[in-house]
Amino acid sequence: MKKFLITVLLAAAGSTVFGAPAPSAPPQVAAARQVPAPQMPEFRFENFTTANGLPDNHVFAVLVDGDRIWAGTENGLAVYENHSWKTYTTKDGLAHRAVLSLALDRRTGDVWAGTMAGLSRISGGRIDSFTQLNSGLSNDVVYGVSVEGENVWVATAAGGCRLNLRTGQWTLYNERNTPMVEIWTYGVSATPTKVYYAVWGSGVLEYDQKSARWDKYDDPDGENEMVLFKDQGLIHEIVTSVSYVDNILWAATYFGDSRYDGRYWHNFLTKDSGLPSNFTNFIKGVDAKRAWFCTDKGLAYFDGVNWAVYRPSSKDGKPEMTVRDAQGKVAPIAVTSAPAHNYVLGIDFQGDDIWVATAKGLSHGIRQQK
Amino acid sequence: MTWRNQTRVRAGMVALLALLAAALFAVALLSGSPVRADEHRGSIEDVDYASPLEVMLSPDGARLYVLCQQSEEVRVLDAATYAVIRNITVGRVPRGFSLSPDGNRLFVANSWDDTLSVIDTTALSVVATWPVGSEPSSVVEDQAGGRLFVANRISNDVAVLDAQTGAEEKRLLAGRGSSYLALSPDGARLYATHVYPNASPHRTAPESEITVIDVARAVVVDRMPLHAIAGVFHTAFSTDGRLGVTAEFHPKNLVPLAHLEHGGAFEDTLTVFGADVGKPVEVPLDELERYASQPFGVAIAPDKSRIYITSGGSEVVTVVDVQRLLRFIHAHPAPFVQDLSASANYVVARIAVGHNPRGLTLTRDGRTLFVANRLDDTISVIDTRTNRVASTIALAGPKIVTARRHGEQTFYTARQSFQGQIGCANCHIDSTFDGLTWNLEPDGFGRSIVDNKLLEGVKDTEPYKWTGTNPNIPTECGPRTEKYFWRSENYDDLTLADLAFYVLTMQTRPNRWKLPGNELTPPQERGKAIFDRTVDKFKKPIPEYNRCSYCHSGPKGTNQKLFDVGTRKPTDNGSLLKAAPLTEIALTAPYLHDGSARSLEEIWTVYNPEDKHGRTNDLTKDELNDLIEYLRTR
Repeated sequence: MKKFLITVLLAAAGSTVFGAPAPSAPPQVAAARQVPAPQMPEFRFENFTTANGLPDNHVFAVLVDGDRIWAGTENGLAVYENHSWKTYTTKDGLAHRAVLSLALDRRTGDVWAGTMAGLSRISGGRIDSFTQLNSGLSNDVVYGVSVEGENVWVATAAGGCRLNLRTGQWTLYNERNTPMVEIWTYGVSATPTKVYYAVWGSGVLEYDQKSARWDKYDDPDGENEMVLFKDQGLIHEIVTSVSYVDNILWAATYFGDSRYDGRYWHNFLTKDSGLPSNFTNFIKGVDAKRAWFCTDKGLAYFDGVNWAVYRPSSKDGKPEMTVRDAQGKVAPIAVTSAPAHNYVLGIDFQGDDIWVATAKGLSHGIRQQK
Repeated sequence: MTWRNQTRVRAGMVALLALLAAALFAVALLSGSPVRADEHRGSIEDVDYASPLEVMLSPDGARLYVLCQQSEEVRVLDAATYAVIRNITVGRVPRGFSLSPDGNRLFVANSWDDTLSVIDTTALSVVATWPVGSEPSSVVEDQAGGRLFVANRISNDVAVLDAQTGAEEKRLLAGRGSSYLALSPDGARLYATHVYPNASPHRTAPESEITVIDVARAVVVDRMPLHAIAGVFHTAFSTDGRLGVTAEFHPKNLVPLAHLEHGGAFEDTLTVFGADVGKPVEVPLDELERYASQPFGVAIAPDKSRIYITSGGSEVVTVVDVQRLLRFIHAHPAPFVQDLSASANYVVARIAVGHNPRGLTLTRDGRTLFVANRLDDTISVIDTRTNRVASTIALAGPKIVTARRHGEQTFYTARQSFQGQIGCANCHIDSTFDGLTWNLEPDGFGRSIVDNKLLEGVKDTEPYKWTGTNPNIPTECGPRTEKYFWRSENYDDLTLADLAFYVLTMQTRPNRWKLPGNELTPPQERGKAIFDRTVDKFKKPIPEYNRCSYCHSGPKGTNQKLFDVGTRKPTDNGSLLKAAPLTEIALTAPYLHDGSARSLEEIWTVYNPEDKHGRTNDLTKDELNDLIEYLRTR
């Protein structure tokens, strides 16, 4: 709910917030460089809004399913296929018009949609919805969903859930059976070995699939919400998103981001990285080195050394791309397009292309080869 | 011996037994106690019939494979002489079978032990038994021989297996009660049907589907909606793949069952689809005074001239002229499903066969049709040029008709009802339930909407009806059914006694949520503690009448008493309801007397605001989930 309310409020604030936000300690852009900027992926962005078929400009989540693109919007679940949009609504059985999260069961092709009023399964055009009243789902506000094997893992406003698709059994995870202090779960990333929950105010929760045991990562000193020394632990208790890939945990918070390799933490802040903002809505790891960061001030990409930021300019709204190298030098890259908005809520990959959910439209980033 | 001759022999035996039963009945009447239908038969009931459910020819046409449900065998006959080549024992209660494309392997879906039997058709022996999902009912191999698809009735899915190892790759969501599979002639698409309707809002028309699976990718690519359909059975395709036909029930459960004219409770229909048809169309098989009750099996002639449909209740094979059907469809915009004059335009014959005809298969030249008559252990051999039964193959086995067998025949036949429209099995598909709510006339038009209940395990759960107004099964199955459902002459005493005996002695399926040895999982254990508790979470005693374990006590989960659980609706005539048995409760959604709860959860999250249906409002969500996990083991 917090995420939803915040995004709604920020969206309602319109251009005052989104169009001309004050840059947060922007790194100095090099006027003239002695060495060329690192090669970072460049994209031509094609943007979708209500003007060209999207049911709503407020896009919470995006999911790539082969040639199909699913967009979770504030006003329905849209699917883009064969150059046209189709929208599923509550009339089709969708649990709620506001779709906050999406996941694909790659084995079956079923899409799972977390909404403001339940969890929906879209299978071959049929929608079955699970709510806290008609099923074992712990709460109707579904912020995150992830499918792994026979299990659908769900992050809700009242803890986590696991639906076993084979048995139909729901298992709930909350303060009674996990180290979770707060039960406001915000995101979930499930893999065959580990499942991670992003918990608002309670750090990151880790479930080991083999031992069926829970562990917890949060503020190292246990007293402050935020890490006091760089790389000492998870950067902040208010975790918004997690992504576990190649045995690396990427965690996003509203106060910076973290990377954890099972032993060491590495934290990212605007002051010491290429992050355009510490306020990160969503994070998605590409592999152990690379990740994408969806912030309130643009989309950022980290290749393990260098950073790139894609957004409409905070000054004049013109397309902007900047590259920051390992020494912290920032160079502008001439571009002609940018994501639909700098308030970015989600991302997914389609080969070399990216699809980006923003507060004011969905963007298709078409990779440009030099 | 034809089935008619057999019937005469049986009739003699039945008459003899009738005298005996009548004497027992008279004694019972004189003694002042009702006849207990389950008390008048002894060990004679232990005989095992074959109960042929499906038939299939080998690719070369030399062998006839017969799937025998009750004897749990595949019987292999010489297709020319009908001599037995081999009887192959398979798993429990087999329901479906198919051949690999090369004919070298025969797969059998064993519905009660959740396995597939793999039969080598050269050695004619089972070479492997693979575990699969819950209640497998049909199996098909893809043309490449790489994957097997298995329809699982209880888990409502189609499992995808490695065809060589049986290892399960994944399960695809199908319709509720997923049961029958048909591969398109080009092997590209698999069509899955299901016997119970998908979930839909209370008192709306049932919704079913034909689930369309892309075989190469093994994903669901489409779901053909079947509006107002509940109970979908076999699908068949023409050899050119341009015509598909599915057999189905079309219930009329939203209107009071006030009369039976023009197909009172059900229509018996086909959905036809494919390039020859265009948009799928539902077409009636019934005529004004002749019905095709309980359509099940479908076959299309190789030259696409005829469609053959078995009707288990009417005990006929209906023959449809394809060209006349297509002309009619193209000339008459749908819907015309309720026009019972329509079928005269395309139905060209109705061929009487044996009791409860089910599966059927055509020879490659289309000249001979074999029909499995499940409840008299025969195969009707039909000459398709004359549309007559040329001969009847009597399968080896007991020739007597026991009381239970006679009761089962009575349960499935539609002969007893007005114009032969319906039988018990219309609403109790395969002797279970139908997932529907009904408006029955005796309680008043629009009054007392009732959820149809499962029959398994009904013995010792009297009184019957939700309101407990029927003291025993003979009353439930007899006068009440005769008067309000059949609207025809009464059963004779022996037939009623046998019907009741069959109902009371139905076996209950294995519960799929129980662990081996009936141990409970931790959530089930916690749920049982909630079920059994006598004080709530605030240490306050729970009154006896408000404990789960009081009203739902005993092995069947009912103390057989009436309670007001706070679920009375404005349409109900009273508030007292019998504590419902819990037998296989996980399978029988919707719930409550009127089916208003779509899931077990809704019984308490929606319909128990005052804690009248057990003390539950002190429970957390995870505790309620635990309680439900326990209930699913009942």
